[in-house]
Amino acid sequence: MDILVCISHVPDTTAKINFSADGSSLDPSGVQFVINPYDEFGLTKALHIKEAQGGTITVLNVGGPETEPTLRKALAIGADKAVRINATPTDAITVAQNIKNHISANAYDLIICGQESIDYNGQQVPAMVAAMLRYPFVNACVGLELDGTSASTKAEIDGGHASYKNALPMIIGGKKGLVEEKDLRIPNMRGIMSARSKPLGVEEPTSGAAPTVSATFEKPAGKAAVKMVEPDQIDELVRLLNEEAKAI
Amino acid sequence: MSVFVYVEDWNGALKKASFEAVSYAKTWADMLGESVVALVSGAAGEVSSLATYGADEIRTFTPAVSGFGVAEQVKSLSEGAKGLVIAGTNFGKTVAPAVAALGEGALSTNTISAPLQTAPLQVKRGAFSSKGIETITLEGAFPIICFTPNSIGIQERSGAGTISSASAEGADLLELAEKSVTTGKIALPEADVVVSAGRGLKGPENWGMVEELADVLGAATACSKPVSDIGWRPHSEHVGQTGIQVNPNLYIAIGISGAIQHLAGVSASKTIVVVNTDAEAPFFKAADYGIVGDAFEVVPRLVDALRAFKAAQ
Repeated sequence: MDILVCISHVPDTTAKINFSADGSSLDPSGVQFVINPYDEFGLTKALHIKEAQGGTITVLNVGGPETEPTLRKALAIGADKAVRINATPTDAITVAQNIKNHISANAYDLIICGQESIDYNGQQVPAMVAAMLRYPFVNACVGLELDGTSASTKAEIDGGHASYKNALPMIIGGKKGLVEEKDLRIPNMRGIMSARSKPLGVEEPTSGAAPTVSATFEKPAGKAAVKMVEPDQIDELVRLLNEEAKAI
Repeated sequence: MSVFVYVEDWNGALKKASFEAVSYAKTWADMLGESVVALVSGAAGEVSSLATYGADEIRTFTPAVSGFGVAEQVKSLSEGAKGLVIAGTNFGKTVAPAVAALGEGALSTNTISAPLQTAPLQVKRGAFSSKGIETITLEGAFPIICFTPNSIGIQERSGAGTISSASAEGADLLELAEKSVTTGKIALPEADVVVSAGRGLKGPENWGMVEELADVLGAATACSKPVSDIGWRPHSEHVGQTGIQVNPNLYIAIGISGAIQHLAGVSASKTIVVVNTDAEAPFFKAADYGIVGDAFEVVPRLVDALRAFKAAQ
């Protein structure tokens, strides 16, 4: 089983987000970058599959050299090799085209992406790659069982779940449920040492027209000061919610 | 040509997000001086009601199973459209990027505003898990908007749409084995009111009062990440940065301290009420109304007060 796990390099969930003075981009100063949490569930699922039935795990990121520590961490956790497509991601279509080209040139049985990256929250790339390759795609995937050349998947749908069957190769947009929080692995010393000698290849991007032009970023407007209500004045809270907030 | 909108079937019915999608398309179409064509999943019930929200033409089609299949259908049925609107439901979010990939259309997901301008199209979208707002410009002849349910709102208009049927091929690469939807419960992403609780409730056996409060308010129930991680509540109720992001009219947080990751998933809520025993809980800084108190006393009182309020209305 040859598995590709797509990894985004994103600000840590605890990071305070600031933008450059002209609002054109994220201000990375003081921000710790990590493996996108959704991708971490996917990487762990890939490790479970490899441990159960063998295979190789390749991790891939589309990004500049600054993302290599994140790929090394994925290698330390247990991936076999890493590929960085040397492009600054500007839009989902271009990222998807580059990933598609890599997949076309390398035969994978299974491509695991996170449902979304926690930076731009696009939730676009996995479905785009799947559409370009005409591979089966399951988003919000919370269960995956492989049976030789086919897969059974479970996905969250609004208000419930759906189960699907399909042929491999396929692409999933995974999230927690694929594995549990407690299954996530922290790299140990042996993993960190061996990651140094695992291959990390750099591939040049294929150029494409970018249809989306990003303009500016801003921080959401802050809240006004909280109004405190005494715990024995619940009727006052109900009045405020009705008359002032018009929320009930 | 018109602005098109894809309307999803919700277990044989239309849902709020569908009306919101048509409302969005109508707002956009009015700015362009164009009409609205709704492409409606065939099983979706009383499709004529979509005219109330601005659909000039309603075309029903039999949908493929997978998001990709539906995307192929929508792509071919919206040939020549000035733009396309899709509600950001779980299914909508699999359809929209596939349509964009098939047609090389520019796509904005997580959209939280009506068009700011139309040539080229510019909208606001949530980024960095609601820690940032991005103003995005979509170039090209076929921009696609996938919006966050509840962020735009429903607008009723007058009008009578014409209804016809259409057909298009969509490849199914997935075979549906089973679909289970909890009936009678309100789907979290499009709930108007969300009642959420955290570790302050001390155990899963204490969720009865949370459900009671949700019941009185017609709310969806939700929980914090630690609570879903330890298995007190299902993952599907986890709201926050790595869970579901919500933007209801009213979000009531009980016994949740308000870690930055939780706030990222709920800060778009219009009104936030926080109940916590700890006056220093960071959530109070992000709240509109706060009560420092014991949930086991405050919540039952709130249930009684709301029941009395609803009865008096």
